[in-house]
Amino acid sequence: MAEVDESSKPMFAGLSDVSISTDIPVEGEINVPVGTSSQDDEYSTLDEPVKDTILRDLTAVGKKFVHVMYPKKSSALLRDWDLWGPLLLCVTLALMLQGGSVDSKEDEGPQFAEVFVIIWFGSVIITLNSKLLGGTISFFQSLCVLGYCIMPLTVAMIVCRLVLLGGSGKVSFIIRLLVVTASFSWSTFASTAFLADSQPTNRKALVVYPVFLFYFVIGWMILTFSQST
Amino acid sequence: MASSDGNKNTNTEPWGGFDDNIIQGTGSAVIDMENMDDTSGSSFEDMGEMHQRMKEEEEVAAEAEATEEETGEDGEFLGMKGIKGQLGRQVADEVWQAGKRQASKAFNLYANIDILRPYFDVEPIQVRNRLIESMIPIRMINFPQKIAGELYGPMMLVFTLVAILLHGMKTSGTVIREGTLMGTAIGTCFGYWLGVSSFIYFLAYLCNAQITMLQMLSLLGYGLFGHCVVLFVTYNVHFHSLFYILWLVIGGLSTLRMVAAIISRTVGQTPRLILCGTLAALHMLFLLYLHFAYHKIVEGILDTLEGPNLPPIQRVARDLPVVATAAVNAMNVTVKTLMGS
Repeated sequence: MAEVDESSKPMFAGLSDVSISTDIPVEGEINVPVGTSSQDDEYSTLDEPVKDTILRDLTAVGKKFVHVMYPKKSSALLRDWDLWGPLLLCVTLALMLQGGSVDSKEDEGPQFAEVFVIIWFGSVIITLNSKLLGGTISFFQSLCVLGYCIMPLTVAMIVCRLVLLGGSGKVSFIIRLLVVTASFSWSTFASTAFLADSQPTNRKALVVYPVFLFYFVIGWMILTFSQST
Repeated sequence: MASSDGNKNTNTEPWGGFDDNIIQGTGSAVIDMENMDDTSGSSFEDMGEMHQRMKEEEEVAAEAEATEEETGEDGEFLGMKGIKGQLGRQVADEVWQAGKRQASKAFNLYANIDILRPYFDVEPIQVRNRLIESMIPIRMINFPQKIAGELYGPMMLVFTLVAILLHGMKTSGTVIREGTLMGTAIGTCFGYWLGVSSFIYFLAYLCNAQITMLQMLSLLGYGLFGHCVVLFVTYNVHFHSLFYILWLVIGGLSTLRMVAAIISRTVGQTPRLILCGTLAALHMLFLLYLHFAYHKIVEGILDTLEGPNLPPIQRVARDLPVVATAAVNAMNVTVKTLMGS
Protein backbone atom coordinates (compact mmCIF):
# COMPACT_ATOMS: atom_id res chain seq x y z
CA MET A 1 0.00 0.00 0.00
CA ALA A 2 2.70 2.47 0.98
CA GLU A 3 4.74 1.73 -2.10
CA VAL A 4 1.86 2.56 -4.45
CA ASP A 5 1.36 5.91 -2.76
CA GLU A 6 5.02 6.85 -2.79
CA SER A 7 5.20 6.28 -6.49
CA SER A 8 2.05 8.27 -7.26
CA LYS A 9 2.75 11.15 -4.87
CA PRO A 10 4.36 13.68 -7.21
CA MET A 11 1.82 12.91 -9.90
CA PHE A 12 -1.67 14.30 -9.70
CA ALA A 13 -2.59 11.83 -12.35
CA GLY A 14 -2.70 9.18 -9.68
CA LEU A 15 -5.84 10.68 -8.16
CA SER A 16 -7.90 7.67 -8.88
CA ASP A 17 -5.38 5.44 -7.19
CA VAL A 18 -5.35 7.23 -3.87
CA SER A 19 -8.62 6.14 -2.34
CA ILE A 20 -7.10 2.94 -1.14
CA SER A 21 -10.01 1.72 0.82
CA THR A 22 -12.34 1.03 -2.06
CA ASP A 23 -10.23 0.44 -5.15
CA ILE A 24 -7.26 -1.63 -4.15
CA PRO A 25 -8.33 -4.88 -2.57
CA VAL A 26 -6.62 -6.07 0.58
CA GLU A 27 -3.87 -8.42 -0.35
CA GLY A 28 -2.13 -11.13 1.47
CA GLU A 29 -3.30 -13.58 4.06
CA ILE A 30 -4.24 -13.11 7.64
CA ASN A 31 -2.06 -15.71 9.24
CA VAL A 32 -3.50 -16.63 12.57
CA PRO A 33 -1.36 -19.05 14.60
CA VAL A 34 -4.35 -21.33 15.08
CA GLY A 35 -5.24 -22.90 11.76
CA THR A 36 -7.13 -20.77 9.30
CA SER A 37 -9.69 -23.49 8.79
CA SER A 38 -11.29 -22.89 12.16
CA GLN A 39 -11.37 -19.19 11.46
CA ASP A 40 -13.20 -19.84 8.24
CA ASP A 41 -15.64 -21.97 10.20
CA GLU A 42 -16.46 -19.08 12.49
CA TYR A 43 -17.34 -16.89 9.60
CA SER A 44 -19.27 -19.50 7.71
CA THR A 45 -21.47 -20.46 10.65
CA LEU A 46 -23.63 -17.46 9.85
CA ASP A 47 -24.73 -19.04 6.63
CA GLU A 48 -25.47 -22.53 7.79
CA PRO A 49 -29.01 -23.55 8.63
CA VAL A 50 -30.16 -23.11 12.20
CA LYS A 51 -30.66 -26.83 12.61
CA ASP A 52 -26.94 -27.43 12.11
CA THR A 53 -25.98 -24.88 14.71
CA ILE A 54 -28.41 -26.22 17.25
CA LEU A 55 -27.39 -29.81 16.62
CA ARG A 56 -23.73 -28.94 16.94
CA ASP A 57 -24.27 -27.16 20.22
CA LEU A 58 -26.46 -29.95 21.53
CA THR A 59 -23.84 -32.51 20.63
CA ALA A 60 -21.21 -30.54 22.48
CA VAL A 61 -23.45 -30.28 25.51
CA GLY A 62 -24.26 -33.97 25.34
CA LYS A 63 -20.60 -34.92 25.15
CA LYS A 64 -19.92 -32.91 28.27
CA PHE A 65 -22.76 -34.62 30.09
CA VAL A 66 -21.09 -37.92 29.31
CA HIS A 67 -17.84 -36.58 30.69
CA VAL A 68 -19.55 -35.69 33.93
CA MET A 69 -21.14 -39.09 34.24
CA TYR A 70 -17.78 -40.78 33.92
CA PRO A 71 -15.38 -38.31 35.43
CA LYS A 72 -11.96 -39.12 34.13
CA LYS A 73 -9.22 -36.58 34.15
CA SER A 74 -9.84 -35.32 30.66
CA SER A 75 -9.45 -31.74 29.68
CA ALA A 76 -12.28 -31.70 27.16
CA LEU A 77 -14.67 -30.06 29.58
CA LEU A 78 -12.17 -27.34 30.27
CA ARG A 79 -11.11 -26.71 26.71
CA ASP A 80 -14.44 -26.27 24.99
CA TRP A 81 -16.33 -24.62 27.75
CA ASP A 82 -19.85 -23.41 27.21
CA LEU A 83 -22.61 -22.31 29.52
CA TRP A 84 -25.60 -23.88 27.78
CA GLY A 85 -25.48 -27.04 29.82
CA PRO A 86 -25.30 -25.27 33.19
CA LEU A 87 -28.18 -23.00 32.20
CA LEU A 88 -30.30 -25.94 31.16
CA LEU A 89 -29.58 -27.84 34.35
CA CYS A 90 -30.10 -24.82 36.55
CA VAL A 91 -33.47 -23.96 35.03
CA THR A 92 -34.63 -27.59 35.18
CA LEU A 93 -33.62 -27.90 38.81
CA ALA A 94 -35.19 -24.59 39.77
CA LEU A 95 -38.44 -25.44 38.01
CA MET A 96 -38.65 -28.82 39.67
CA LEU A 97 -37.88 -27.43 43.07
CA GLN A 98 -40.46 -24.75 42.65
CA GLY A 99 -43.53 -26.78 41.96
CA GLY A 100 -43.73 -27.68 45.60
CA SER A 101 -46.18 -26.19 48.04
CA VAL A 102 -48.96 -24.71 46.02
CA ASP A 103 -51.20 -23.73 48.90
CA SER A 104 -48.96 -21.38 50.83
CA LYS A 105 -48.20 -18.38 48.71
CA GLU A 106 -45.04 -17.38 50.54
CA ASP A 107 -43.11 -20.50 49.71
CA GLU A 108 -43.85 -20.69 46.05
CA GLY A 109 -42.45 -17.54 44.58
CA PRO A 110 -38.95 -17.29 45.94
CA GLN A 111 -38.04 -20.91 45.27
CA PHE A 112 -37.15 -20.45 41.62
CA ALA A 113 -35.21 -17.28 42.17
CA GLU A 114 -33.52 -18.72 45.24
CA VAL A 115 -32.22 -21.76 43.43
CA PHE A 116 -31.10 -19.74 40.45
CA VAL A 117 -29.29 -17.22 42.60
CA ILE A 118 -27.73 -19.87 44.83
CA ILE A 119 -26.34 -21.79 41.87
CA TRP A 120 -24.93 -18.87 39.95
CA PHE A 121 -23.63 -16.80 42.83
CA GLY A 122 -22.30 -19.88 44.54
CA SER A 123 -20.40 -20.77 41.38
CA VAL A 124 -19.05 -17.25 41.09
CA ILE A 125 -17.86 -17.27 44.67
CA ILE A 126 -16.20 -20.66 44.35
CA THR A 127 -14.46 -19.51 41.18
CA LEU A 128 -13.23 -16.35 42.87
CA ASN A 129 -12.03 -18.40 45.79
CA SER A 130 -10.09 -20.79 43.62
CA LYS A 131 -8.55 -17.92 41.69
CA LEU A 132 -7.55 -16.18 44.89
CA LEU A 133 -5.94 -19.35 46.13
CA GLY A 134 -3.72 -19.34 43.09
CA GLY A 135 -5.56 -21.48 40.60
CA THR A 136 -4.76 -21.49 36.91
CA ILE A 137 -8.25 -22.05 35.66
CA SER A 138 -10.10 -19.23 34.03
CA PHE A 139 -13.38 -17.75 35.20
CA PHE A 140 -15.76 -19.19 32.65
CA GLN A 141 -14.12 -22.58 32.61
CA SER A 142 -14.74 -22.91 36.30
CA LEU A 143 -18.35 -21.79 35.93
CA CYS A 144 -18.77 -24.37 33.19
CA VAL A 145 -17.37 -27.22 35.30
CA LEU A 146 -19.42 -26.37 38.37
CA GLY A 147 -22.57 -26.02 36.31
CA TYR A 148 -22.16 -29.32 34.51
CA CYS A 149 -21.45 -31.17 37.74
CA ILE A 150 -24.93 -30.27 38.99
CA MET A 151 -26.22 -32.96 36.67
CA PRO A 152 -26.15 -35.85 39.19
CA LEU A 153 -28.17 -33.68 41.56
CA THR A 154 -30.74 -32.97 38.86
CA VAL A 155 -31.04 -36.69 38.23
CA ALA A 156 -31.48 -37.19 41.98
CA MET A 157 -34.22 -34.56 41.98
CA ILE A 158 -36.12 -36.45 39.28
CA VAL A 159 -35.74 -39.68 41.22
CA CYS A 160 -36.90 -37.99 44.42
CA ARG A 161 -40.00 -36.66 42.78
CA LEU A 162 -40.82 -40.09 41.44
CA VAL A 163 -40.30 -41.62 44.87
CA LEU A 164 -42.50 -38.95 46.43
CA LEU A 165 -45.27 -39.90 44.02
CA GLY A 166 -45.30 -43.27 45.65
CA GLY A 167 -45.72 -41.93 49.15
CA SER A 168 -43.87 -39.88 51.71
CA GLY A 169 -43.21 -42.05 54.67
CA LYS A 170 -40.08 -43.09 56.42
CA VAL A 171 -39.01 -45.55 53.75
CA SER A 172 -39.25 -42.99 51.01
CA PHE A 173 -37.23 -40.61 53.13
CA ILE A 174 -34.46 -43.13 53.54
CA ILE A 175 -34.42 -43.87 49.83
CA ARG A 176 -34.31 -40.18 49.03
CA LEU A 177 -31.57 -39.64 51.57
CA LEU A 178 -29.45 -42.35 50.01
CA VAL A 179 -30.02 -41.12 46.48
CA VAL A 180 -29.28 -37.51 47.33
CA THR A 181 -26.18 -38.42 49.33
CA ALA A 182 -24.84 -40.55 46.51
CA SER A 183 -25.45 -37.93 43.85
CA PHE A 184 -24.05 -35.13 45.96
CA SER A 185 -20.82 -37.05 46.56
CA TRP A 186 -20.70 -37.85 42.87
CA SER A 187 -21.04 -34.17 42.00
CA THR A 188 -18.34 -33.17 44.42
CA PHE A 189 -16.02 -35.90 43.21
CA ALA A 190 -16.64 -35.05 39.55
CA SER A 191 -15.99 -31.37 39.95
CA THR A 192 -12.92 -32.05 42.08
CA ALA A 193 -11.53 -34.24 39.30
CA PHE A 194 -11.64 -31.25 36.99
CA LEU A 195 -10.89 -28.39 39.31
CA ALA A 196 -8.27 -29.78 41.61
CA ASP A 197 -5.70 -30.15 38.88
CA SER A 198 -5.50 -26.45 38.54
CA GLN A 199 -4.43 -25.92 42.13
CA PRO A 200 -1.12 -26.35 43.87
CA THR A 201 -1.06 -29.78 45.41
CA ASN A 202 -1.20 -28.92 49.08
CA ARG A 203 -4.14 -26.57 48.78
CA LYS A 204 -6.63 -28.89 47.19
CA ALA A 205 -8.59 -29.20 50.42
CA LEU A 206 -9.07 -25.45 50.56
CA VAL A 207 -10.72 -25.49 47.14
CA VAL A 208 -12.73 -28.66 47.69
CA TYR A 209 -14.45 -27.45 50.85
CA PRO A 210 -16.51 -24.64 49.26
CA VAL A 211 -17.48 -26.99 46.43
CA PHE A 212 -18.59 -29.54 49.03
CA LEU A 213 -20.61 -26.87 50.84
CA PHE A 214 -22.18 -25.69 47.59
CA TYR A 215 -23.38 -29.11 46.50
CA PHE A 216 -24.38 -29.91 50.06
CA VAL A 217 -26.73 -26.92 50.14
CA ILE A 218 -28.24 -27.88 46.79
CA GLY A 219 -28.57 -31.51 47.84
CA TRP A 220 -30.20 -30.50 51.09
CA MET A 221 -32.69 -28.31 49.20
CA ILE A 222 -33.57 -31.35 47.09
CA LEU A 223 -33.92 -33.58 50.11
CA THR A 224 -36.21 -31.25 51.99
CA PHE A 225 -38.41 -30.76 48.98
CA SER A 226 -41.83 -31.92 49.95
CA GLN A 227 -44.88 -31.90 47.83
CA SER A 228 -48.09 -31.03 49.53
CA THR A 229 -51.08 -32.82 48.12
CA MET B 1 8.36 9.82 10.47
CA ALA B 2 7.43 6.98 12.71
CA SER B 3 9.72 6.92 15.69
CA SER B 4 12.46 4.43 15.71
CA ASP B 5 11.82 3.05 19.14
CA GLY B 6 11.90 -0.61 19.60
CA ASN B 7 8.34 -0.87 20.82
CA LYS B 8 5.20 0.15 19.03
CA ASN B 9 4.87 3.91 19.22
CA THR B 10 2.46 5.83 17.07
CA ASN B 11 3.00 9.23 18.68
CA THR B 12 3.68 10.97 15.45
CA GLU B 13 0.93 13.57 15.55
CA PRO B 14 2.00 17.06 16.58
CA TRP B 15 -0.54 17.16 19.39
CA GLY B 16 1.00 14.19 21.12
CA GLY B 17 -1.16 11.36 20.01
CA PHE B 18 -2.89 8.91 22.26
CA ASP B 19 -1.32 7.28 25.22
CA ASP B 20 0.25 4.13 24.02
CA ASN B 21 1.26 2.56 27.26
CA ILE B 22 -0.43 -0.75 27.10
CA ILE B 23 -0.36 -2.44 30.43
CA GLN B 24 1.00 -5.83 29.74
CA GLY B 25 0.13 -8.60 32.08
CA THR B 26 -0.66 -6.77 35.30
CA GLY B 27 -1.93 -9.91 36.85
CA SER B 28 -5.29 -11.53 36.67
CA ALA B 29 -8.46 -9.56 36.78
CA VAL B 30 -11.73 -11.20 37.62
CA ILE B 31 -12.58 -12.12 34.07
CA ASP B 32 -9.36 -13.30 32.64
CA MET B 33 -9.99 -13.02 28.94
CA GLU B 34 -6.39 -12.04 28.33
CA ASN B 35 -5.09 -15.29 29.67
CA MET B 36 -4.56 -17.48 26.70
CA ASP B 37 -2.46 -20.11 28.39
CA ASP B 38 -5.14 -22.43 29.54
CA THR B 39 -7.57 -22.25 26.70
CA SER B 40 -6.96 -23.47 23.24
CA GLY B 41 -8.34 -21.65 20.28
CA SER B 42 -11.32 -23.83 19.66
CA SER B 43 -13.79 -22.00 21.80
CA PHE B 44 -15.63 -19.20 20.08
CA GLU B 45 -14.79 -16.61 22.70
CA ASP B 46 -11.12 -17.32 22.49
CA MET B 47 -11.21 -17.30 18.72
CA GLY B 48 -12.83 -13.94 18.75
CA GLU B 49 -10.21 -12.69 21.20
CA MET B 50 -7.35 -13.98 19.13
CA HIS B 51 -8.77 -12.57 15.94
CA GLN B 52 -9.20 -9.22 17.65
CA ARG B 53 -5.62 -9.30 18.77
CA MET B 54 -4.31 -10.10 15.31
CA LYS B 55 -6.39 -7.34 13.84
CA GLU B 56 -5.07 -4.95 16.47
CA GLU B 57 -1.49 -5.78 15.66
CA GLU B 58 -2.22 -5.42 11.99
CA GLU B 59 -3.86 -2.11 12.52
CA VAL B 60 -1.02 -0.80 14.60
CA ALA B 61 1.36 -1.73 11.80
CA ALA B 62 -0.97 -0.17 9.25
CA GLU B 63 -1.21 2.98 11.39
CA ALA B 64 2.51 3.38 11.37
CA GLU B 65 2.57 3.16 7.60
CA ALA B 66 -0.53 5.24 7.09
CA THR B 67 0.66 8.13 9.23
CA GLU B 68 3.63 8.40 6.93
CA GLU B 69 1.52 8.83 3.86
CA GLU B 70 -1.04 10.92 5.67
CA THR B 71 1.42 13.61 6.66
CA GLY B 72 2.71 13.51 3.15
CA GLU B 73 -0.72 14.05 1.73
CA ASP B 74 -1.76 16.77 4.08
CA GLY B 75 0.06 19.36 2.12
CA GLU B 76 -1.70 18.34 -1.02
CA PHE B 77 -5.23 18.37 -2.19
CA LEU B 78 -5.33 14.60 -2.16
CA GLY B 79 -5.60 14.35 1.61
CA MET B 80 -9.02 15.92 1.81
CA LYS B 81 -10.55 13.31 -0.42
CA GLY B 82 -9.71 10.66 2.13
CA ILE B 83 -11.76 12.00 5.02
CA LYS B 84 -14.35 9.33 4.59
CA GLY B 85 -11.71 6.87 3.61
CA GLN B 86 -8.35 6.42 5.18
CA LEU B 87 -8.15 9.43 7.47
CA GLY B 88 -11.56 8.96 8.99
CA ARG B 89 -10.93 5.34 9.61
CA GLN B 90 -7.58 6.06 11.17
CA VAL B 91 -9.07 8.43 13.67
CA ALA B 92 -11.94 6.12 14.46
CA ASP B 93 -9.56 3.25 15.05
CA GLU B 94 -7.33 5.27 17.27
CA VAL B 95 -10.26 6.49 19.31
CA TRP B 96 -11.41 2.91 19.71
CA GLN B 97 -7.99 1.72 20.75
CA ALA B 98 -7.55 4.49 23.25
CA GLY B 99 -10.99 3.94 24.70
CA LYS B 100 -10.33 0.26 25.06
CA ARG B 101 -7.05 0.86 26.81
CA GLN B 102 -8.61 3.32 29.22
CA ALA B 103 -11.42 0.90 30.01
CA SER B 104 -9.07 -1.99 30.62
CA LYS B 105 -6.87 0.20 32.80
CA ALA B 106 -9.84 1.23 34.91
CA PHE B 107 -11.03 -2.36 35.09
CA ASN B 108 -7.65 -3.62 36.19
CA LEU B 109 -7.49 -0.92 38.81
CA TYR B 110 -10.88 -1.35 40.42
CA ALA B 111 -11.94 -4.90 39.77
CA ASN B 112 -8.57 -6.35 40.52
CA ILE B 113 -8.98 -9.23 42.86
CA ASP B 114 -5.25 -9.41 43.30
CA ILE B 115 -5.71 -6.90 46.09
CA LEU B 116 -7.26 -9.69 48.12
CA ARG B 117 -4.84 -12.38 47.07
CA PRO B 118 -2.38 -12.11 49.98
CA TYR B 119 -5.18 -12.66 52.47
CA PHE B 120 -5.99 -16.03 51.00
CA ASP B 121 -2.49 -17.36 51.15
CA VAL B 122 -3.00 -20.14 53.65
CA GLU B 123 -2.41 -23.84 54.00
CA PRO B 124 -5.08 -26.27 55.19
CA ILE B 125 -3.02 -27.08 58.27
CA GLN B 126 -2.96 -23.43 59.25
CA VAL B 127 -6.71 -23.12 58.86
CA ARG B 128 -7.28 -26.18 60.99
CA ASN B 129 -4.94 -24.91 63.69
CA ARG B 130 -6.59 -21.54 63.74
CA LEU B 131 -10.01 -23.10 64.03
CA ILE B 132 -8.93 -25.04 67.08
CA GLU B 133 -7.13 -22.07 68.59
CA SER B 134 -10.23 -19.93 68.29
CA MET B 135 -11.71 -21.91 71.13
CA ILE B 136 -8.70 -21.63 73.41
CA PRO B 137 -8.31 -18.33 75.23
CA ILE B 138 -4.76 -17.19 75.89
CA ARG B 139 -4.13 -15.51 79.19
CA MET B 140 -1.27 -13.28 78.16
CA ILE B 141 -2.73 -9.80 78.26
CA ASN B 142 0.27 -7.62 78.93
CA PHE B 143 1.81 -8.16 75.55
CA PRO B 144 -0.05 -7.86 72.23
CA GLN B 145 -1.23 -11.24 71.08
CA LYS B 146 -0.63 -12.28 67.54
CA ILE B 147 -3.73 -12.22 65.38
CA ALA B 148 -3.54 -13.76 61.95
CA GLY B 149 -4.78 -11.56 59.12
CA GLU B 150 -6.47 -14.01 56.87
CA LEU B 151 -9.83 -14.03 55.13
CA TYR B 152 -10.24 -17.57 53.83
CA GLY B 153 -11.18 -19.14 57.15
CA PRO B 154 -13.63 -16.42 58.18
CA MET B 155 -15.37 -16.45 54.81
CA MET B 156 -15.77 -20.21 54.82
CA LEU B 157 -17.09 -20.07 58.36
CA VAL B 158 -19.66 -17.43 57.42
CA PHE B 159 -20.87 -19.55 54.51
CA THR B 160 -21.03 -22.60 56.73
CA LEU B 161 -23.07 -20.63 59.21
CA VAL B 162 -25.42 -19.62 56.38
CA ALA B 163 -25.87 -23.27 55.43
CA ILE B 164 -26.55 -24.29 59.03
CA LEU B 165 -29.00 -21.44 59.43
CA LEU B 166 -30.86 -22.49 56.31
CA HIS B 167 -31.15 -25.97 57.67
CA GLY B 168 -32.52 -24.69 60.94
CA MET B 169 -35.01 -22.38 59.26
CA LYS B 170 -36.30 -25.03 56.95
CA THR B 171 -36.74 -27.71 59.57
CA SER B 172 -38.59 -25.40 61.89
CA GLY B 173 -40.92 -24.10 59.21
CA THR B 174 -40.00 -20.48 59.63
CA VAL B 175 -41.97 -18.28 57.30
CA ILE B 176 -40.28 -15.15 56.16
CA ARG B 177 -42.66 -12.48 55.10
CA GLU B 178 -40.45 -10.01 53.30
CA GLY B 179 -37.66 -11.69 51.49
CA THR B 180 -36.45 -15.18 51.04
CA LEU B 181 -34.96 -17.72 53.39
CA MET B 182 -31.64 -17.56 51.60
CA GLY B 183 -31.55 -13.80 51.52
CA THR B 184 -32.28 -13.57 55.22
CA ALA B 185 -29.64 -16.12 56.14
CA ILE B 186 -26.95 -14.52 54.02
CA GLY B 187 -27.91 -11.05 55.14
CA THR B 188 -27.82 -11.98 58.80
CA CYS B 189 -24.50 -13.77 58.74
CA PHE B 190 -22.61 -11.40 56.51
CA GLY B 191 -24.23 -8.44 58.18
CA TYR B 192 -23.07 -9.65 61.55
CA TRP B 193 -19.55 -10.40 60.41
CA LEU B 194 -18.97 -7.18 58.51
CA GLY B 195 -21.11 -4.90 60.65
CA VAL B 196 -19.92 -5.93 64.06
CA SER B 197 -16.31 -6.01 62.87
CA SER B 198 -16.61 -2.47 61.60
CA PHE B 199 -18.32 -1.34 64.76
CA ILE B 200 -15.74 -2.87 67.07
CA TYR B 201 -12.98 -1.50 64.86
CA PHE B 202 -14.51 1.93 65.22
CA LEU B 203 -14.69 1.53 68.98
CA ALA B 204 -11.11 0.32 68.98
CA TYR B 205 -10.13 3.41 67.08
CA LEU B 206 -11.83 5.53 69.70
CA CYS B 207 -10.21 3.60 72.53
CA ASN B 208 -6.74 3.59 70.95
CA ALA B 209 -6.49 -0.14 70.56
CA GLN B 210 -3.79 -1.55 68.32
CA ILE B 211 -5.81 -3.61 65.93
CA THR B 212 -6.34 -3.34 62.20
CA MET B 213 -9.57 -3.88 60.31
CA LEU B 214 -8.24 -7.04 58.72
CA GLN B 215 -7.31 -8.48 62.09
CA MET B 216 -10.71 -7.62 63.48
CA LEU B 217 -12.46 -9.29 60.55
CA SER B 218 -10.28 -12.33 60.97
CA LEU B 219 -10.77 -12.51 64.74
CA LEU B 220 -14.53 -12.22 64.59
CA GLY B 221 -14.73 -14.60 61.67
CA TYR B 222 -12.90 -17.31 63.52
CA GLY B 223 -15.07 -16.56 66.54
CA LEU B 224 -18.02 -17.76 64.50
CA PHE B 225 -16.63 -21.28 64.63
CA GLY B 226 -18.11 -21.73 68.08
CA HIS B 227 -21.46 -20.48 66.79
CA CYS B 228 -21.39 -22.97 63.94
CA VAL B 229 -20.72 -25.88 66.27
CA VAL B 230 -23.39 -24.91 68.79
CA LEU B 231 -26.05 -24.28 66.15
CA PHE B 232 -25.24 -27.45 64.27
CA VAL B 233 -25.72 -29.51 67.39
CA THR B 234 -28.78 -27.76 68.76
CA TYR B 235 -30.69 -27.55 65.50
CA ASN B 236 -30.68 -31.32 65.43
CA VAL B 237 -30.93 -32.20 69.09
CA HIS B 238 -33.76 -30.26 70.61
CA PHE B 239 -33.01 -29.78 74.27
CA HIS B 240 -33.17 -26.31 75.62
CA SER B 241 -30.93 -27.06 78.59
CA LEU B 242 -28.33 -28.50 76.24
CA PHE B 243 -28.42 -25.31 74.27
CA TYR B 244 -27.87 -23.17 77.34
CA ILE B 245 -24.94 -25.27 78.49
CA LEU B 246 -23.34 -25.15 75.04
CA TRP B 247 -24.07 -21.44 74.78
CA LEU B 248 -22.21 -20.76 77.97
CA VAL B 249 -19.32 -23.12 77.40
CA ILE B 250 -18.53 -22.93 73.72
CA GLY B 251 -19.83 -19.42 73.16
CA GLY B 252 -18.05 -18.31 76.26
CA LEU B 253 -14.74 -19.84 75.24
CA SER B 254 -14.70 -18.24 71.83
CA THR B 255 -15.76 -14.91 73.29
CA LEU B 256 -13.01 -15.11 75.90
CA ARG B 257 -10.46 -15.77 73.20
CA MET B 258 -11.51 -12.70 71.23
CA VAL B 259 -11.76 -10.57 74.33
CA ALA B 260 -8.31 -11.57 75.56
CA ALA B 261 -6.79 -10.78 72.18
CA ILE B 262 -8.32 -7.32 72.20
CA ILE B 263 -7.46 -6.62 75.85
CA SER B 264 -3.84 -7.45 75.13
CA ARG B 265 -3.82 -4.66 72.56
CA THR B 266 -5.50 -1.94 74.61
CA VAL B 267 -4.20 0.19 77.44
CA GLY B 268 -6.30 1.60 80.22
CA GLN B 269 -9.07 0.12 82.29
CA THR B 270 -12.03 1.96 80.80
CA PRO B 271 -11.17 1.39 77.13
CA ARG B 272 -10.63 -2.29 77.86
CA LEU B 273 -13.94 -2.50 79.62
CA ILE B 274 -15.82 -0.76 76.85
CA LEU B 275 -14.37 -2.84 74.06
CA CYS B 276 -14.65 -6.16 75.74
CA GLY B 277 -18.06 -5.58 77.17
CA THR B 278 -19.46 -4.62 73.79
CA LEU B 279 -17.84 -7.49 71.96
CA ALA B 280 -18.83 -10.07 74.55
CA ALA B 281 -22.41 -8.88 74.67
CA LEU B 282 -22.80 -8.78 70.89
CA HIS B 283 -21.20 -12.16 70.34
CA MET B 284 -23.15 -14.02 73.00
CA LEU B 285 -26.41 -12.34 72.15
CA PHE B 286 -25.98 -13.17 68.47
CA LEU B 287 -25.81 -16.84 69.29
CA LEU B 288 -28.89 -16.55 71.45
CA TYR B 289 -30.69 -14.69 68.70
CA LEU B 290 -29.76 -17.22 66.05
CA HIS B 291 -31.06 -20.05 68.11
CA PHE B 292 -34.37 -18.56 69.10
CA ALA B 293 -35.27 -16.50 66.07
CA TYR B 294 -34.69 -19.16 63.47
CA HIS B 295 -35.61 -22.29 65.23
CA LYS B 296 -39.05 -22.33 66.58
CA ILE B 297 -39.91 -25.72 67.83
CA VAL B 298 -43.47 -26.50 67.13
CA GLU B 299 -45.42 -29.14 68.99
CA GLY B 300 -45.93 -32.20 66.90
CA ILE B 301 -43.50 -31.57 64.13
CA LEU B 302 -39.80 -31.97 64.66
CA ASP B 303 -38.28 -32.33 61.21
CA THR B 304 -39.09 -33.26 57.67
CA LEU B 305 -39.29 -36.95 58.48
CA GLU B 306 -42.98 -36.46 58.97
CA GLY B 307 -45.03 -35.98 55.85
CA PRO B 308 -47.95 -33.67 55.33
CA ASN B 309 -50.40 -35.98 57.12
CA LEU B 310 -50.21 -34.06 60.37
CA PRO B 311 -52.40 -31.45 61.98
CA PRO B 312 -51.69 -28.02 60.61
CA ILE B 313 -48.79 -26.36 62.36
CA GLN B 314 -48.93 -23.02 63.99
CA ARG B 315 -46.95 -20.86 61.66
CA VAL B 316 -45.85 -17.54 62.98
CA ALA B 317 -44.77 -15.06 60.39
CA ARG B 318 -41.88 -12.93 61.43
CA ASP B 319 -40.62 -9.66 60.16
CA LEU B 320 -37.13 -10.73 60.99
CA PRO B 321 -34.97 -7.89 59.69
CA VAL B 322 -36.96 -5.38 61.72
CA VAL B 323 -36.77 -7.48 64.84
CA ALA B 324 -33.08 -8.10 64.38
CA THR B 325 -31.96 -4.53 64.00
CA ALA B 326 -34.27 -3.30 66.70
CA ALA B 327 -33.06 -5.92 69.16
CA VAL B 328 -29.41 -5.33 68.41
CA ASN B 329 -29.80 -1.59 68.62
CA ALA B 330 -31.61 -1.85 71.92
CA MET B 331 -28.92 -4.08 73.38
CA ASN B 332 -26.19 -1.81 72.12
CA VAL B 333 -27.71 1.24 73.71
CA THR B 334 -28.24 -0.59 76.98
CA VAL B 335 -24.68 -1.84 77.12
CA LYS B 336 -23.22 1.48 76.25
CA THR B 337 -25.16 3.28 78.95
CA LEU B 338 -24.18 0.63 81.47
CA MET B 339 -20.52 0.76 80.59
CA GLY B 340 -20.35 4.49 80.21
CA SER B 341 -21.50 5.21 83.71
